Amino acid sequence: MASGRPLLIPSPKTPTSPYSQTGSDPPPHPDPPPIPLPSSSSSRRSKLPSKSQNSSGGTFSFPTELRASKRSSSSSSRQPTTAQRFPSRRSDSMTGSQRDIPDSEARFVYVNDPDRSNQPTRLPTNSIRTTKYSILTFLPRNLFEQFHRLAYIYFLVLAAMNQVPQLGVFGRETSILPLAFVLGVTAIKDGYEDFRRHRSDQTENHRSASVLSDRDFVPTRWKDIRVGQVIKVHTNDPIPCDMVLLSTSDPTGVAYIQTVNLDGESNLKTRYAKQETLKHGGVPTSGLIRCEKPNRNIYGFHANMDIDGKRVSLGPSNIVLRGCELKNTNWAIGVAVYTGRETKVMLNSSGAPSKRSRLEAHMNRETILLAVLLFLVCSIVTILGGIWLHVHRDELNDTPFYRKQDFSDREVGKYNYYGIGWEVVFTFLKSVIVFQVMIPIALYVSMELVRLGQAFFMIQDDSMRDAATHKRFQCRALNINEDLGQIKYVFSDKTGTLTENKMEFRCASVRGTDYSRTGDEDDDNGYSTIAVDEQEWKPKMRVKVDEELVQLLRSGEKTEKRERARDFVLGLAACNTIVPLVVDTEDPRVRLIDYQGESPDEQALAYAAAAYGFVLLERTSGHIVIDVLGHRQRFDVLGLHEFDSDRKRMSVIVGCPDKTVKLFVKGADSSMFGVIDKSRNLEIVRATESHLYSYSSIGLRTLVVGMRELSSSEFVEWQSAYEKANTALFGRAGLLRAVAANIETNLQLLGASGIEDKLQAGVPEAIESLRQAGIKVWVLTGDKQETAISIGYSCKLLTSDMTQIIINSHSKESCRKSLLDAIAMTTKFSASNAARNGPGDVGSSKAPLALIIDGTSLVYILETELEEEIFKVATACDVVLCCRVAPLQKAGIVALIKNRTSDMTLAIGDGANDVSMIQMADVGIGISGQEGRQAVMASDFAMGQFRFLVPLLLVHGHWNYQRMAYMILYNFYRNAVFVFCLFWYVLYTAFSLTTAVTEWSSVLYSVIYTALPTIVVGILDKDLSRKTLMKHPQLYGAGQREERYNLKMFILTMMDTIWQSAAIFFIPFLAYRHSTVDISGIGDLWTLAVVILVNLHLGMDIFRWNWVTHASIWGCIVATAICVIIIDCIPVLPGYWAIFEMMKEGLFWFCLLGIIFVALIPRFVVKAFTEYFFPSDIQVAREMEKYGSLNAATATQEVQMSSYSNSHQRIP
Amino acid sequence: MEAGSSSGSGGVPQPLPAPSMRSRVFYRFTQQNLPACKPTLTPVSVITTFLLIGIIFVPVGLVCLRASRSVVEIVDRYDVECIPEQYQSNKVAYIKDSSIFKNCTRYLKVQSHMKAPIYVYYELENYYQNHRRYVKSRSEKQLLYGLKYKDTSSCKPQELSNGLPIVPCGLIAWSLFNDTYSFLRGATVMNINRKNIAWKSDRDHKYGKHVYPVNFQNGTLIGGGKLNPNSPLSEQEDLIVWMRTAALPKFRKPYGRIEEDLNAGEVITVNLVNNYNTYSFGGKKKLVLTTSGWLGGQNDFLGLAYVATGFSCILIAILFALIHVKIPRPHGDTNFSPWNRKSNAS
Repeated sequence: MASGRPLLIPSPKTPTSPYSQTGSDPPPHPDPPPIPLPSSSSSRRSKLPSKSQNSSGGTFSFPTELRASKRSSSSSSRQPTTAQRFPSRRSDSMTGSQRDIPDSEARFVYVNDPDRSNQPTRLPTNSIRTTKYSILTFLPRNLFEQFHRLAYIYFLVLAAMNQVPQLGVFGRETSILPLAFVLGVTAIKDGYEDFRRHRSDQTENHRSASVLSDRDFVPTRWKDIRVGQVIKVHTNDPIPCDMVLLSTSDPTGVAYIQTVNLDGESNLKTRYAKQETLKHGGVPTSGLIRCEKPNRNIYGFHANMDIDGKRVSLGPSNIVLRGCELKNTNWAIGVAVYTGRETKVMLNSSGAPSKRSRLEAHMNRETILLAVLLFLVCSIVTILGGIWLHVHRDELNDTPFYRKQDFSDREVGKYNYYGIGWEVVFTFLKSVIVFQVMIPIALYVSMELVRLGQAFFMIQDDSMRDAATHKRFQCRALNINEDLGQIKYVFSDKTGTLTENKMEFRCASVRGTDYSRTGDEDDDNGYSTIAVDEQEWKPKMRVKVDEELVQLLRSGEKTEKRERARDFVLGLAACNTIVPLVVDTEDPRVRLIDYQGESPDEQALAYAAAAYGFVLLERTSGHIVIDVLGHRQRFDVLGLHEFDSDRKRMSVIVGCPDKTVKLFVKGADSSMFGVIDKSRNLEIVRATESHLYSYSSIGLRTLVVGMRELSSSEFVEWQSAYEKANTALFGRAGLLRAVAANIETNLQLLGASGIEDKLQAGVPEAIESLRQAGIKVWVLTGDKQETAISIGYSCKLLTSDMTQIIINSHSKESCRKSLLDAIAMTTKFSASNAARNGPGDVGSSKAPLALIIDGTSLVYILETELEEEIFKVATACDVVLCCRVAPLQKAGIVALIKNRTSDMTLAIGDGANDVSMIQMADVGIGISGQEGRQAVMASDFAMGQFRFLVPLLLVHGHWNYQRMAYMILYNFYRNAVFVFCLFWYVLYTAFSLTTAVTEWSSVLYSVIYTALPTIVVGILDKDLSRKTLMKHPQLYGAGQREERYNLKMFILTMMDTIWQSAAIFFIPFLAYRHSTVDISGIGDLWTLAVVILVNLHLGMDIFRWNWVTHASIWGCIVATAICVIIIDCIPVLPGYWAIFEMMKEGLFWFCLLGIIFVALIPRFVVKAFTEYFFPSDIQVAREMEKYGSLNAATATQEVQMSSYSNSHQRIP
Repeated sequence: MEAGSSSGSGGVPQPLPAPSMRSRVFYRFTQQNLPACKPTLTPVSVITTFLLIGIIFVPVGLVCLRASRSVVEIVDRYDVECIPEQYQSNKVAYIKDSSIFKNCTRYLKVQSHMKAPIYVYYELENYYQNHRRYVKSRSEKQLLYGLKYKDTSSCKPQELSNGLPIVPCGLIAWSLFNDTYSFLRGATVMNINRKNIAWKSDRDHKYGKHVYPVNFQNGTLIGGGKLNPNSPLSEQEDLIVWMRTAALPKFRKPYGRIEEDLNAGEVITVNLVNNYNTYSFGGKKKLVLTTSGWLGGQNDFLGLAYVATGFSCILIAILFALIHVKIPRPHGDTNFSPWNRKSNAS
């Protein structure tokens, strides 16, 4: 096996050799060089992933396991003496056991034989199609999707009813037009989006890749790639399809890939080609891969390969996925296994989550009320119509305007008359058709447009733009904008959400000595530079160091203390999965070492080790090179036990230059103290424990490092077990875990580290603002209790005057007990509060309570009968802090509130572990931070930093809610006014449902005459300025209390509607009652009156008139007049020239003016009186905005200001 | 939506970016900072508004009232009196009996001086010209194109007569009003001008100049007036007037114009032919002679409405002012704001 593989150099190199020879000699191990410049790589990252590559993390069910399994590592083993090496492998923690795939469930891929691979079933080619429709299917599919809306079906049924001759109220075209318009607008929107997807698919499909054909690689379009073909990918090339690596430019078969488009993680990941395939001179041309059927798990792959008569197993580390890019590897060759729509990235792409906003749910309630109202109106017409027919039943045939009989032919026929019973039924159905606009169809489209506009402004807002990453706010869900204005609970993750997730090494405790005194900011110790080829290499990040520890490490004398300290730092440098990358800088003499890794903690530790002089320079699958205090040393990585969330530790077995074999373990204190040999140095353990406690109480994340020197017998024993486990076909992951547990015992405690996770800028202020806005902030974190509490203090979530209730139990019974105690405490507190502050006593804050609860207790509480108790306690507390919670528990806590109250919940997080919580909450917000894009993918909105939550909720949420609430109410009003106008007229037409308004006008009414202003106002109107809203978070309460849209408002509006419609109808009715006016003329008057009225009504409620508002309102009125005139210019319509005849008379103009004033005065009176004598928060703030200087920061100035305005008002 | 960087604000976040006017305006737009006027209701503005409305509306209303009062109107209901005594119990039989001459003489006393032109209207009441079945029973295209236009199904039940198409078809035309009036001033016949009673637009563009009545009023059931088959529809002004269906069940239609003044105290003799059947459904027929004011006919409603609105606005203004003086609220005073009381409420 070893023959012909020049990959391992048996002994460590002299420190300088690999670097002095770089370039001249094909290096025997992968050499970092083709390294992208920092700028170019970052620009590549910031490039948006093409549409098709948007993968959604939404459906992963085990986020923790995922994260654990992502920690890639190279685990190769080598006996120091025989230089034997096993195929590189990764533990398949995702696929679990190494089961064999049954043939029925397997896909057979014949390497370099696409024809055979596509037998018997033809597999899809690599062309992708993310479009929903084709030209042929567009119409039926789009219509089918749109008719999922109940309202549309209602309108369709009405339009269909209208086609029945007996019910024909409108002309055929006019009855379908509004629905057709609405459907058309949506269809055009969908069609355009689909076209854009089509175009991006086209560019994607026409990219070129090199495919093996007759021993040569020829360029082929992506879409023509088929399963089984062998493809060569060069550095920085995107991977065209999911392929199993066969060989790479690296002799060990390593390929580095960047998965930023796939999961958003920008660090490099390693993938391996199998040794068996590497042998074939780079291009294997035979072999059979049996792999599982395509699935959407991007972290799992399960296959085996028959090559040269051997069967090798393949795992997730052997496959590169479409959507990734090859980096730092000259080329890689692989065989396509999944193509086109079967690639994992395509299987994972799904649309944004669809939620329905609270306001819309309430709107549906009112829609039902409107339907009842419609039914009532129709019933009144029907009953009166029936009575009229009954009273006049004997005259009907003699009245010229109602003829039952048809005398056209010789025989007397019936004319459209089926007896009173049927006539009544028809009257009812016809009245439904006539009054159908009571249910506002245009509202649905308007709401979508308004949300689109609101989203535009949220995205454009500079105060929600991350200055560092230039990332703008993202709206992924377009239908819950207004929910942002009604949030009552915010559930926040801690790491990466409240904190930056940029870890910084702060403290070290080595052998019981605390080294946390760091020097001044400016000293140059943070960089340890190394000279290579007359160049200076330095770590990218500088870390503050403790001088004492530096002295100790560099001290010449070989003491036990120094050795252990060196081991500690060596452990930090070696015990990780960091890949160092050397990047050029502008200064040609300086190059930076960038540590790429999946865990920010590991990066921080590696930078810390570098700062103390142990610079990790190079990592290949078999060894690492560390510059130890100026001497380059090579360590062989003999084995690596990956981090997993059960063990909560990782370990690495290193062959040192001095031929010793050392095991380094690092992990969480809870798991480490179990495997540390406490018998040897009890006081050191004690001291370390106390250091750990003090570190975590200042908010640091702690890790413990342990070490053991392995004897050769131990090593041999471990190695055989490791090999066995690694080559096992079944239960490999479990076996590897057992091997790790076996060796990770009796460790010598080296020390502990404290890493600071810095609070993001503006977090305390943001939390304070949210608290003032009446929003309860709950923090759910995986951290330890002490860390959580200290972070709670530093972000002002907890304050010193708070009473803390801590629930920290390990059984159900103790949980119950502590919960009951807590309830007693909260009731006592609230009672004492009530006693202290009388009901009239305003403004005094009650003593706040904080609940701190840990994950173990929650296990016993959630989804048991104790839920009710925890709910009581939690809602009584002002602050809730949950620590050590698992991802699913986070969702459980959100569900606890969501299921029991009607309050709006918002969850904000950045990592995969927050996905479940984000999806559970009413509004989910993803922070696009360090931890990948899974949270963003699952979220409704995404933004860069926690503090953007304040403008998002307080400003945009407030605006969106106010606008949307008003818009819904206004739309109801607008259509109801029109319907009531029609209704009044029907009372004077013998209940025969004649409409004076032309049918075109009634159709265009809600679509053209009045649609635009409400959309413009819904997008642009602002009740208060951003400054006021930010300064007085209390104003947010309006949305929480649903002040702007509730049943009372709805009923008041409807009453106003009746008055206004009566004014519109009866003023002309009475004014023209002795005149020669015809239907069309008075109809035109009513049309104009109602349009002008509803637009002015809107204008009366507009808070800010800018030119867009002016243009839309006045423009709409003018457009209506033009439409009415155009309709009256058509000679074959009965209303020909009516409007001109009407306008000739003064009566018309006096009626119009009278209608507008009479109709609006009641509303204006109510508005003026309530705004002045019973002002809302918003009204007061608006007055402050207008009359007082908002810069007045203190209350005294405000008093002065108000007294000034007071005297000012006395003038009248 | 994410391609927001195309805006002028892209790039650096803090400083106002491009200096050009257009992009600055666009930037203000995207940040929702467009210059805007923020009207707020202050006591001053509220009171002024109401006072202003009152001050304008009351005089306007008074002017309207005056205009309406200056119109002289003579209304005479004749449908009952024009039935001879013996038919009073069976009016329908009388009106349907075509053998009886239905002449009738009415005397109208002029109350005050009426200045020419004096408009003659007939007024029908309880006549639903706006009934859906009635309104729809016509064919606009046939009126314009005559027999060339065939699709007259909308004219039912007066589409065909004896199997042949009718021009003009439909219930409306069929039920053409056919009472006639002539006026005597003492012994001299007064000239009544019956031209130009229909809209010019209708005569010119809506009714065909070469469309002649065909097969009209030939059926078993006669609905109303007949038309001169030798005169094109565009000249049949009575028909055109009748076809402008009235908006309300009580309506007037122009009959003609008298172009001489009438003096107060004069008695006008009206010779009318009472042909039209309103008896079968309880309709009323009236003859109206009226002068015309600048605001149309005699109708006090608009003037009264304006005066009432104006007065109520003044009242509201006074009320508002009184309350304001009694319990003034300083503007923008946060102490008055509900959020200070809110802590209990929530």
